Amino acid sequence: MTPQPNALELEDLVMHFGPVRAVDGITLTIPKGRVTALVGESGSGKSTVGRCVVRLEKPTAGVVRIAGTDVTQLTRRQLRQHRNDVSIVFQDPAGSLDPRMLVGEIVAEPLRLSGKRITRRDREARVAEELGRVGLRAEVARRYPHELSGGQRQRVSIARALISEPKLLIADEPTSALDVSVQASVLNLLADLQRDIGFACLFITHDLSAVEYLADDIAVMYLGQLVEQGPRERIFTRPAHPYTQALLAAAPVADPVRQRQRQPVLLGDDLPSALDPPSGCRFRTRCPLAFDRCAAEVPAQVAFGGGLAACHLVQPDGTRPDVRAAADSSEVLS
Amino acid sequence: MTTVERAAASSAAVGTPVLDVRDLSVSFTTEGGTVSAVDRVNLDLASGEIVGMVGESGCGKSVTAMSIAGLLPDSARVSGSVRLEGTELVGARESVLRRVRGKEIAYIFQEPMTSLNPVLTVGRQIGEVLQVHERMSKRAARARAVELLSLVGIPSAAKRVDNYPHQLSGGMRQRVMIAMAVACGPKVLVADEPTTALDVTVQAGILQVLRDLRDRLGTTILVITHDLGVIADIADRVVVMYAGRVVEQAPVTDLFAHPYHRYTAGLLAASPTPGKHAGTERLQEIPGLVPVLSIQPDACTFADRCPAADARCREAAPPLEAVGTAVTDHLAACWHPCPAPRTQPQETTA
Repeated sequence: MTPQPNALELEDLVMHFGPVRAVDGITLTIPKGRVTALVGESGSGKSTVGRCVVRLEKPTAGVVRIAGTDVTQLTRRQLRQHRNDVSIVFQDPAGSLDPRMLVGEIVAEPLRLSGKRITRRDREARVAEELGRVGLRAEVARRYPHELSGGQRQRVSIARALISEPKLLIADEPTSALDVSVQASVLNLLADLQRDIGFACLFITHDLSAVEYLADDIAVMYLGQLVEQGPRERIFTRPAHPYTQALLAAAPVADPVRQRQRQPVLLGDDLPSALDPPSGCRFRTRCPLAFDRCAAEVPAQVAFGGGLAACHLVQPDGTRPDVRAAADSSEVLS
Repeated sequence: MTTVERAAASSAAVGTPVLDVRDLSVSFTTEGGTVSAVDRVNLDLASGEIVGMVGESGCGKSVTAMSIAGLLPDSARVSGSVRLEGTELVGARESVLRRVRGKEIAYIFQEPMTSLNPVLTVGRQIGEVLQVHERMSKRAARARAVELLSLVGIPSAAKRVDNYPHQLSGGMRQRVMIAMAVACGPKVLVADEPTTALDVTVQAGILQVLRDLRDRLGTTILVITHDLGVIADIADRVVVMYAGRVVEQAPVTDLFAHPYHRYTAGLLAASPTPGKHAGTERLQEIPGLVPVLSIQPDACTFADRCPAADARCREAAPPLEAVGTAVTDHLAACWHPCPAPRTQPQETTA
């Protein structure tokens, strides 16, 4: 085994629920200490990827490797010793904290389940330390979740996720249920903790402005597959795949002067069904640039310097299509 | 010109006042005592205007919107005045309100699936509005329903009219809701978080439909949202609410360029914007929470979370007054308004 294994490696991950092809062949690597955002619309399968990584779902096929260990086929008992390597934070903190447990018990639970012997005093000290790290007072340990605000509850779930000192944190829409001002404090907290502790993070979200704030790398998912991946700056300045371009063009920016100069790319409303995805390129039914080959042939992942994209129009030399030019030739993609 | 557009062309010219809300207050009696949700709100909507209302959850945006056409439950105590082209709606008889709702003022809510009847085709549901309010025949109502569906951008409307809600995607359902809302050519359309449940690529299309309705039918639209991007995209004028009060209102570009109220400035600084990354910048946090008030105090309700608050803020409620020098239609309720545009952050001198 290499001395510095990647925090996460997914190889051709497949998760089918009966006939529903939720995740259909995802290959993705998160190096140690990096934040990768997994973005896509609802129904694209991004949460299912997260659930496969923490083994809330057993993948249909493919490999999930956490810190160098293949966890795909491990039994529940075997998984236990790897549970400390990866944690998850969910969107709705009210639904993911047991209402009958004290905050202190909730945060300490991963320590209890790890099987390591630890004195009560040490455990309480660890809980207090962890609560302090997420900006909560130690007294909060004696409260119940319903006594806390939404933002405080999300801090509790972050404390619970980090107490086992995981190498990888899965954050599944951690700020989507929160108001703007609270969202800001949770995003700041995640950024601070990630910098200080250095865990790797799979940040699953549909909120592109949060992605730009937090992520190092971005992977874009459409209907169970990755259409593009690459470093944050390149994706935001020079998106290669038509879907990424449309997604970035559709997200409004909170600046009326800039927003009104932009030209949205209007896609059709319908995300095709994951029961029977389109042949060839799955995005072709909504793509303004689709041509014959897109229906006949599945596009391969093309490496072009700035990352990977799965589109027939992307070339290894960096040539890429422009959906906005297709909509209006006067507009230059910025 | 379609029949829908012809009907609208006869309505009032752009810019005349349509809806006039004065001193609107709403409180609820709950098990835990009285909760004041809206406090002396004033609001004008001019014909053909798109007004955006922002604020976090619990600021009274939706309650304000619901009280306009008397949609609140009986436990709500409403005072003040809401006039639709001169007709008083607060305390109006149910028969008056029934005539107004759907015909003069229409609503679109966040979740289209729960607002549509799952066992009726969308054509029947749109047609029902027309049969009730316009006394149309079933056949004419159906024909108009097809026209309305294509107006809101539903492809092959003649086929879609026979679909049930579950056969449509989320974006399509929201378009159906809009078609139903504008069926009778309402003067005012209230859209309460119309795109919150939708993906961004779908949201862009829905916002385009709303803009089209204003441009083609002259509909006045009140958009309620917590999403500043949506406001930046669609609103002509913005009303910011905090803890039941209007704290600032201004034309959209003025508000984003120079927020005067500290809450507005805080909201803008808290949202991640293009180019901002955690490696170089921090998001500004607003400490604390929106208070739940049983009585509205004679004080600024934002004072406890405000960096500029002093004794005066806790002793008297600041009036909503004109701020700035050049612009007269920029109002803020703050004793210590932000001195400088937000592109050049400065320490407060207040």
